[in-house]
Amino acid sequence: MTITASATAKDVLADADRRETSDIGQRAAEAPVVRLDGVFRHFGETAALDGISLSVRKGEVLGIIGRSGAGKSTLIRCLNGLERPDRGTIEIEGRDITGLSEAELQPLRRRIGMIFQHFNLLSAKTVAENVMLPLKIEGMPRAERRKRAAELLDLVGLSTKADAYPSALSGGQKQRVGIARALAARPALLLSDEATSALDPETTASILALLKDINTRLGLTILLITHEMEVVRGVADRVAVIDAGKIVEDGPVWSVFSDPKAATTKSLLGAIRPSLPPAIGTALAASGETVLSVDLVGPEAATLLPALSIELGAPIRLVHGGIDHIQGQSVGRFFITLAPGASLPQAIAFLTRHGAHVETTGHVADHV
Amino acid sequence: MSPIMFDLLMRSLWETVLMTLASGIISLVAGLPLGLALVMTGKGGISENLWVNRVLGTVVNGFRSVPFIILLVALIPVTRFIVGSSIGTWAAIVPLSIAATPYYARIAEVSLREVDRGLIEAVRSMGGNRWTIVREVLLPEALPGIVAGFTVTLVTLIGASAMAGAIGAGGLGDLAIRYGYQRFETTVMVAVVVVLIVLVCAIQWLGDRLVDRLDHR
Repeated sequence: MTITASATAKDVLADADRRETSDIGQRAAEAPVVRLDGVFRHFGETAALDGISLSVRKGEVLGIIGRSGAGKSTLIRCLNGLERPDRGTIEIEGRDITGLSEAELQPLRRRIGMIFQHFNLLSAKTVAENVMLPLKIEGMPRAERRKRAAELLDLVGLSTKADAYPSALSGGQKQRVGIARALAARPALLLSDEATSALDPETTASILALLKDINTRLGLTILLITHEMEVVRGVADRVAVIDAGKIVEDGPVWSVFSDPKAATTKSLLGAIRPSLPPAIGTALAASGETVLSVDLVGPEAATLLPALSIELGAPIRLVHGGIDHIQGQSVGRFFITLAPGASLPQAIAFLTRHGAHVETTGHVADHV
Repeated sequence: MSPIMFDLLMRSLWETVLMTLASGIISLVAGLPLGLALVMTGKGGISENLWVNRVLGTVVNGFRSVPFIILLVALIPVTRFIVGSSIGTWAAIVPLSIAATPYYARIAEVSLREVDRGLIEAVRSMGGNRWTIVREVLLPEALPGIVAGFTVTLVTLIGASAMAGAIGAGGLGDLAIRYGYQRFETTVMVAVVVVLIVLVCAIQWLGDRLVDRLDHR
């Protein structure tokens, strides 16, 4: 009897054990790679980080965008402990790193690769030696290091430059070496600190394509900070906008791009999102025409204007704008004027019915 | 120039080279770690410790502010303790080394401080500890400057060794003063100057070649 009871108890314990293990397994699968909760960092009077809460899922590419001095650099440097927050929690793969000592942070940093605006390649080492350095730090034997470096240089398309010194490379090639080096130790997270800001547009595009490729092929989580919307558009799944140490907007890239809420987002998007050129706006306002700005996301973006023309039985004039394709979504933004006599309320009702966001500018008094 | 004078010139050249190289190597071995310590403990350094930094800085400044000829005499008890005599070529190496070490430490400090902070940050972000930073970043990246600084130190030591004649160390400077100046033997004076110019040029040339080879920036 006693034996049975004890056996049962053991089974129960084992069961509980199993449950707990599977629980932990599930938690680990769900645990975001990065989770920040109420992170503050002040430099004297200035708040670089003013209560940042944020999380990044496994396999996600998060773009953090903001103007210079918005706190982006401080934020990214907090993630691998190069900078310490005043308060708040920073979890990497479910582990709080805020209380860790420098020595405890060192093994953790090997799980996090980082690439930099100015590449930060060691000038006294060859390309291959640069890529091997994280592995040397990790204590990998020399022969294995060579093999891994060759793999990585192949991945970034620089196999032929293994024995060159960084000074002999172009900016784009240097950043490729930087990426190879950051990936060497098979990190769980890649941090990109303005990695394309020192590159020309063409090279930027190729580096972003490489990052996207790495993200898809290796399922690597990437967190990048930038001040260029183009970068976010090119590679990120999600964007967080930071201003004066606060996250002012956070959402899927297509959604934030098609319908920015915060003033900072709107102004950062200014360069990439169509806006009515002031000269045209003034000319139209002077002639008494009403300009409608129409925003619509989805396949209807392509057919909306012809449909409107049919609905009104009159031609419409496209003044400015077009359709952009972000993350497979058609993001339309148009500025139109109606033919004389066409009904403005009817047009607005039609557009709104089809899910578009409509604003009028210019001379509207006559119609309303 | 008589064969005897020529022999004397050659012996003096050897004494100068010996004093310069021996004290140069000692100042490299002692001054480089001292320069490294100044950078590491300095503000924003990888082992920031301003108190230690201030003490080291003061000691270095203290030695550097004493004119060499005075240091030469003041250090006589130390020299006697180390070498067993306060007279001769080997005896001069002690004060020369002690004067050149803080000098070289400051030169090395400048080169080490010029290493891009971004590189240190990159290696920290890889999980490197401070010795990794010293071994993989600071020393290799500053190496061209460290070598160029060593060249400068050697040339300065040639100049300083001329004063070592005051404690009977010999050398080219001593030869020039005793024969060229005090005995009005212009030929000796000219010969010494020519030999010194050749010596300095040779050291500088070798140093520059080495820096060229090491510099990949």
